[in-house]
Amino acid sequence: MNPQMMLATTGRVLDQLRHDRRSIALILVVPALLLTAVYFLYENETLPPGVPRTFDRVGLMMLAIFPFVVMFLVTSITMLRERTTGTLERLLTTPIHKADLLFGYGLAFSIMAALQSLVATAVAYWIFNLDIQGSPLWVVMIAVINAVLGVALGLFCSAFARTEFQAVQFMPVVVVPQILLCGLFVARDRMNEVLEAISNVLPLTFSVDALREVAENVEATDLMWQDVSVMGTIVLGVLVLASLTLRRQTP
Amino acid sequence: MSHTAAAQPPSADTERGVEVEKLNVTRHGRDILRSINFSIPAGQITGLLGPSGSGKTTLMRAIVGVQRITSGSVRVLGRPAGHPSLRHDVGYVTQAPSIYMDLSVEANVRYFGAMHSRKREDARKAIDAVDLGALAHQKAADLSGGELSRASLACALVSEPKLLVLDEPTVGLDPVLRADLWQRFRSMADAGTTLLISSHVMEEASHCSSLLLLRDGGLLAWLTPDELSRQGRSADLEQAFLHVIQQSEATVA
Repeated sequence: MNPQMMLATTGRVLDQLRHDRRSIALILVVPALLLTAVYFLYENETLPPGVPRTFDRVGLMMLAIFPFVVMFLVTSITMLRERTTGTLERLLTTPIHKADLLFGYGLAFSIMAALQSLVATAVAYWIFNLDIQGSPLWVVMIAVINAVLGVALGLFCSAFARTEFQAVQFMPVVVVPQILLCGLFVARDRMNEVLEAISNVLPLTFSVDALREVAENVEATDLMWQDVSVMGTIVLGVLVLASLTLRRQTP
Repeated sequence: MSHTAAAQPPSADTERGVEVEKLNVTRHGRDILRSINFSIPAGQITGLLGPSGSGKTTLMRAIVGVQRITSGSVRVLGRPAGHPSLRHDVGYVTQAPSIYMDLSVEANVRYFGAMHSRKREDARKAIDAVDLGALAHQKAADLSGGELSRASLACALVSEPKLLVLDEPTVGLDPVLRADLWQRFRSMADAGTTLLISSHVMEEASHCSSLLLLRDGGLLAWLTPDELSRQGRSADLEQAFLHVIQQSEATVA
């Protein structure tokens, strides 16, 4: 590892994004707009006293899901371009370490994800009075970890796509099952055994569990930290897998 | 197999540039390179010439160390090709410009420079060397084809490599610029840089100290431009090359 090369990579990826104002706007604004839609979707629900609003549950989970989806897409396309335009091969003829490249990417998109979830969380918290017990900063932290998960999976999946069209098709394969099974639509203990077993090992499940801990407890709980460290381990594992797809020598 | 001039290297210089021995590369069951032998002394310009599909790019990739080889050996500056210690010393410019289209010329050169701990001034120098100073802040996507390939070249020059491998660097450049670049290559070689430059424009061969003529994955000849025009019985190197090919085919038949 060489911090200088890693930071140069982070700077380069952010510089590339900077030239793409429309993407930045989409990254920062769209989650907040969708959250607004979710709020108004449940605006007129009638609740028995003491039952929390659906928005408090769904809105919270969406705060974690947005960065995951967006960063998966952005990363897999960016990395695919890097592979198809020859810049990756060129980079790998230089002294850069694969870890510098992967963590450089991870850091750049984490910064974007942090900005994105700050905007979305601020909107949820201050405009729509998202009602959670814990600190919204934990929500932002979990959102950033989710973003890095999206980055890691995007880096990995880009190795299996030849075109941007194919890369986008990985979203229904990699992302949608995790959203379906993370507990957003049906509580996980009410799923059948097969689906519950699958949901038990999907990374997004852990972040949704961690968010529930934040929602229900004023202080950070051990369970939250446990979920967070499982997420961290999965992210590292996927990054190692992604590094295996970076070859300095090809047939 | 007939290697018209495979016996003697054109120069007796002993300093190590590139040494290729019995190199074979097979890809998808096809022989891309067949028992290639040659060695390039340091501080010279070597031209790699041959029709498209003759294996030029594969040979260059093998020397840079990104091509998996089937058998034989490729040594660069005395070390095996692709050795981690060579990554500071070898610069490679692919035929298609491989730079970030959404970044400025300067940002591209500085990024590749950062991989070699180079600073802003080094990037500036590399950009001036390819005469893109006025366009340094232009986005790569807005450049013309010739400007793009020069920007790509600058990304390799920034690290001041000891071996520079260039795949068709002068394609799409106007004659003035082409002459400029060859002059720059010459002065780099005089300063000790080893250059391997592929081209399919035969007139460029005259700028090289030695030539490797590749055809169908085999090394047809390894000689100086003078030897080529003598053997090919023409001062026009294109004609000479054609003649050498005909000769070799006659020998095979």
